[in-house]
Amino acid sequence: MAEAQGLEVRLRAQRPIALDIAFRAGPGELLALVGPSGAGKSTVLRCIAGLHRAEAGRIACAGEIWFDAGRGIDLPPHRRRAGLVFQDYALFPHMSAEGNVMAAMGHRPAAERRAAARALLARVHLAGLERRRPAELSGGQQQRVAVARALARDPAVLLLDEPFSAVDRATRRRLQAELAALRQGLAVPILLVTHDLEEALLLADRMVLLHRGRGLQTAPPAEMLARPASAEVARLLDLRNLFRARVAGHDVARGRTLLRWGARLIEAAAAPALPEGAEVDWLIPPAAVLLHRRDRPSAGERENPVEGRVIELLVLGEEARVKLDVGDPDGHPLAFSLPLHAARRNGLAVGQGCSVSLLAEAIHAMPRAVP
Amino acid sequence: MDWIALRLSVELGLATLAVLLPLALWLGRVLAYRRFPGRSAIEAAIALPLVLPPTVLGFYLLVGFGAQSPLGRAWEGVFGQGLAFSFEGLVLASVIANLPFAVQPVRNGFAAVPRRLREAGAVSGLSPLAVLLRIELPLAWPGIATAVVLTFAHTLGEFGVVLMVGGSIPGETRTIAIAIYDRVQAFDQQAAGIMSAVLLALSLLALGLTGSLSRRIGRQDGDG
Repeated sequence: MAEAQGLEVRLRAQRPIALDIAFRAGPGELLALVGPSGAGKSTVLRCIAGLHRAEAGRIACAGEIWFDAGRGIDLPPHRRRAGLVFQDYALFPHMSAEGNVMAAMGHRPAAERRAAARALLARVHLAGLERRRPAELSGGQQQRVAVARALARDPAVLLLDEPFSAVDRATRRRLQAELAALRQGLAVPILLVTHDLEEALLLADRMVLLHRGRGLQTAPPAEMLARPASAEVARLLDLRNLFRARVAGHDVARGRTLLRWGARLIEAAAAPALPEGAEVDWLIPPAAVLLHRRDRPSAGERENPVEGRVIELLVLGEEARVKLDVGDPDGHPLAFSLPLHAARRNGLAVGQGCSVSLLAEAIHAMPRAVP
Repeated sequence: MDWIALRLSVELGLATLAVLLPLALWLGRVLAYRRFPGRSAIEAAIALPLVLPPTVLGFYLLVGFGAQSPLGRAWEGVFGQGLAFSFEGLVLASVIANLPFAVQPVRNGFAAVPRRLREAGAVSGLSPLAVLLRIELPLAWPGIATAVVLTFAHTLGEFGVVLMVGGSIPGETRTIAIAIYDRVQAFDQQAAGIMSAVLLALSLLALGLTGSLSRRIGRQDGDG
């Protein structure tokens, strides 16, 4: 009954914020909800916790239906076993750390609560600080109390709303590592709302990309970065080297799809679902753009060779970031990076011509969204 | 020193609180947390005793309590005695005159409790009643304490409304504020002085009491 143990969410709403999203999270899985601010990430969490009501949809967790608009089911927050860590933690200021945790233990016999709260606080590395008020704790310690309080009610799902956004960088790293360790002992789904893609890459098993309340794609973070479902996803992920082309054909034998890019014909990774003649967006990670060495041409240069002219060369530490004008019909430059010494050795400079290869296997073609 | 008048005033203050505090807790909380049509009209009506001259308020209450009014008739029908010039009438008048002194601080107290904390309570598994008792009331306490002190002190000192609605019947409606006035009218400066000093001391005591109480509540752990 793996399905019944997890979380299943389907939400639709027009107002006050548009929502159109569906996802599942399995026991022990960490699912990140990623998107720009205002995308509706926190609203989704609030819907699951019962603090916000979507117009339509269904939320089921651990075999219980928490919300079903069609059947008129809408459990109040205190009847849903959801542990929520608020962005600003929302600790009860008049209670000690221990009191905050014990407040969420209403389901346990009163005699057990103090010991259980102490055990939980020790688990989040707060032993010895049980009697402190939130105001007497640092930001990182407050966050740990909030996590302990969310776990205190033995939740069927753990909801984290930007839990690392209010602390400094060093504390954030430490808390992220603690969460990664903590989740190993948790058999419930964890939902992490974040606008930080790196955080999702670091912690999440899968992520849902949200934009204006719509779930655009659900995939493991690395896979979404390599193979975004659409140009919109690629833009939201801040991926560079996004171009337009037309499908010229499929070379099934070699596992390639041919793209007509302006005047060029380039080979891309096989994308058999794209019909011939269709207009598509395609993407190549900067790491898959290889500079041709002037002194020693190699065999790899036959793979999608592209001539261009350097229009920008930025030195960032030991790295050079280069933008090439490659005559893209939309005027978009091709960006790539290389070690600074390699840029020097090849005499790269603004205004100079150079040639690169685009690794076909890394070229990802996507269907163009209907506007 | 008119001990009977002092006792009557204290009884009036306690009776007013007994009726008004639950009402103010409910009304103040509704006004702090709910948005509904007619909310500003209710708030304006509650604030009215603040700006109305006490004699004017007293006059309308007297008319409202009289044997000609539906309320007066109904009261007399049930209790066999009119509302006007009675202790019960005084309590009712005092409750109405003190509405702003009780409701507004309570509303401000509840409004000062961040919505996030109430939500955090619910998400922690606390029922709405538990959220009220363990989160809202402890945090809204300064406002509630202020309401209690203001209402009690204001009831002790209320003059115009009491005189209009209750007259000055010894042991029934003659409160200490009215007794002071009577003594001054009778050129009994000494008695008026003693009673004024007692009122002053009571007021200071009430203020000190709430101050220390709210400090103690602020210190204690709410984890019991």
